Amino acid sequence: MSELILARIQMAIFFVFHILFAVAGMGMPVLMVLAEGAFLRTGKAVYADLARRWARGTAVLFAVGAVSGTVLSFELGLLWPRFMEFSGGVIGLPFALEGFAFFTEAIFLGIYLYGWERVSPRLHLSAGVMVALGGVLSGVFVVSANGWMNSPSGFVLVGGRPAGISPLSAMANPAWKSEAIHMTLAAFAATGFAVAGIHAFRLRRETGNRFHRAALVIALSVGGAAAVLQPLSGDMSARFVARSQPVKLAAMEGQFRTERGAPLRIGGMPDPVNETTRYAIEVPRGLSLLAFHDPDAEVLGLSAVPRDERPDPRPVHAAFQVMVACGMCMAAVAVAGALLGWRRREVFFGRAFLLAVAACGPLGLLAVEAGWVVTEMGRQPWIIHKVMRTSEAVTPVGGLALPLVVFSLIYLALGTFAARMLRRELAESPSFPGEEG
Amino acid sequence: MTSLADLAAGSILASLVLYALTGGADFGGGVWALFDRGPRAGERERLIVQAIGPVWETNHIWVIVAVVVLFTGFPGAYALLSTALFLPVTLVLAGIVLRGSAFAFHAYHLHRERRAAGWGTLFAASSLLTPFLLGVVLGAVSSGMIRGTGLANLASGTRSWLAAFPLCVGMLTLSSFSYLAAVYLILETDVPELREDFRLRALASLAVVIFLSAAIPLFSGGGAPEFHRALTGSFWSLPLLGINALAAICAGIFLLRRAYRLARACAAAQVTLLLAGWGLAQYPFLIRPDLTIRAAAASPAMLRLLLAVLGAGALLLFPAIFLLLRVFKKEALFGR
Repeated sequence: MSELILARIQMAIFFVFHILFAVAGMGMPVLMVLAEGAFLRTGKAVYADLARRWARGTAVLFAVGAVSGTVLSFELGLLWPRFMEFSGGVIGLPFALEGFAFFTEAIFLGIYLYGWERVSPRLHLSAGVMVALGGVLSGVFVVSANGWMNSPSGFVLVGGRPAGISPLSAMANPAWKSEAIHMTLAAFAATGFAVAGIHAFRLRRETGNRFHRAALVIALSVGGAAAVLQPLSGDMSARFVARSQPVKLAAMEGQFRTERGAPLRIGGMPDPVNETTRYAIEVPRGLSLLAFHDPDAEVLGLSAVPRDERPDPRPVHAAFQVMVACGMCMAAVAVAGALLGWRRREVFFGRAFLLAVAACGPLGLLAVEAGWVVTEMGRQPWIIHKVMRTSEAVTPVGGLALPLVVFSLIYLALGTFAARMLRRELAESPSFPGEEG
Repeated sequence: MTSLADLAAGSILASLVLYALTGGADFGGGVWALFDRGPRAGERERLIVQAIGPVWETNHIWVIVAVVVLFTGFPGAYALLSTALFLPVTLVLAGIVLRGSAFAFHAYHLHRERRAAGWGTLFAASSLLTPFLLGVVLGAVSSGMIRGTGLANLASGTRSWLAAFPLCVGMLTLSSFSYLAAVYLILETDVPELREDFRLRALASLAVVIFLSAAIPLFSGGGAPEFHRALTGSFWSLPLLGINALAAICAGIFLLRRAYRLARACAAAQVTLLLAGWGLAQYPFLIRPDLTIRAAAASPAMLRLLLAVLGAGALLLFPAIFLLLRVFKKEALFGR
């Protein structure tokens, strides 16, 4: 295996791992603050217990997210030194801002976790709000750097080097807005549904447990609201990609031929050798309509660019399908939940709906992973869109198989430990059986 | 005239000082836990976990700040260092991951779990490895063995860290972090026996720190000649080294007389002065002997914004950190 492939696999492992915890770091604080707010408003002990338990979960997830994030800040340079040499001076600013947002999150998480008995309830809740704010801002800032890789701006190329650098326009790159909205909503949807799924699963056995009921309502409200908004943001993102990275769009859709009135393909297997996508259900003109809001718009096909400038459409198309399907399922369950919660509470807590929520639990996280496969593999062979190839960025240091194996083992152990911690936390099902409302 | 680039480099040094004084001490606590045997070992370990718990995450962000300022303000130097020092930096990372996550699991949940012995040792061993290799990296940067001004002309250096001088700096870092931890921990408890335990540890590690601080100039003469000349032959050399020696002596006296708050101030001053000395002797180079701060710096536009962000961030952060310490370290830090 070439060193480039080894470096890419290693980076992929780092991201696939880190993003789960990063997403939790954005979403969990919101849940925990809402639970504490409900406690302060109603005085019901069940919410206080919920806030404490969610905070403990947040702590473990945050800690693993913190170390895996530290790893990433170093590995960018270790594995992709030429990329960092080129881009550090252009797009470093959001990383610095992210550092401070992350700092805020860590400081106030310390106060929140260890300060239940030490600070006033108001300060405690404010600390929680700061944690949530820090979490969301960290994500928003760091996505700016990814946006820049997709739509590089804020510099001109002079002899292969960046010149005339404007760090602010680099940070405010065209892709940032749609990516930041999409990622933030994804984080809320993924966390909300994962948590709701767990509590729905428990409720199927302990129907009357008010602890799980309260948890389900809060988590599903956050996750559901995000899931319903996400298609709008997805439309915005897709239309942006259609204009700025048409090759990526073509890979996402398995579109080989440049054509007007391009169809939307549901499912199917792109075949890069014969330049066609087989077995897909085709919605006539669907792609042109969705990507450009015009059924006759021309959509660029992969065949329009040289082979060495095309991403592999097979994983990109598959991941895109997975992401959209997961998103649709969650949005449907969210709408159903809103209607049931509004009109028929006994059905909301009934077995069928609980089963649906439990089944949707992992979908948000799956969608997040799939979404990153789409945006990262869809940008290949570029590490910076049309500026630097991934193969040009990789480290000249050889022997990358060793760190790949070592870090894979470490992360495997870490993930297992974290999962065990969380499972232990979940195994205790606090009992609030009464029916006081 | 101090340039923007100098300020940015200075803020990297400041982050490293803060990391040493906070996160470094956390690693030091891990070192003491690793070798702890005999009576009261369990109590000491509990004390270490309690003292570190609320501040752990915050302390460890300083190293991220240092790295981010390095790659934003000096991207070429960052690329050069991560290539030349690939192996030690990778190992540092493995150490940070193991220690950080082990600590979190331990602090939040592991008290209910019988720790698997193999993993426990591996995690604790990372407390030794990480500070040592951090020091090795600093030593290698000063040694003059990493040649070249950018990735394109990186001539040599991937083995630069495997030399007496960087390895000595690694030992000094490890012993300094352990020393800081021991001094801090005295004030984290009211139990007289525990105080005495950590007092003895502090005195022992102080002796090692003094020995290594004295030994390093001997090694730097051969292993890092230019750094050695700057460290010992500049106008600031005598006062800086003098004050550092004075701080060490005072720390020893205060520890012997059980004046712990003063001892802690002296210990923190020692570590700050060690790093300040490293920074001053390194100036005007980022990586001796080919890459100066000025040559490695990013565009002035970026440096201005970066410094503005750092300034604004500090204005927001320091009150927040103060609040954190006020809540959890009131007795240890602010008296009662």
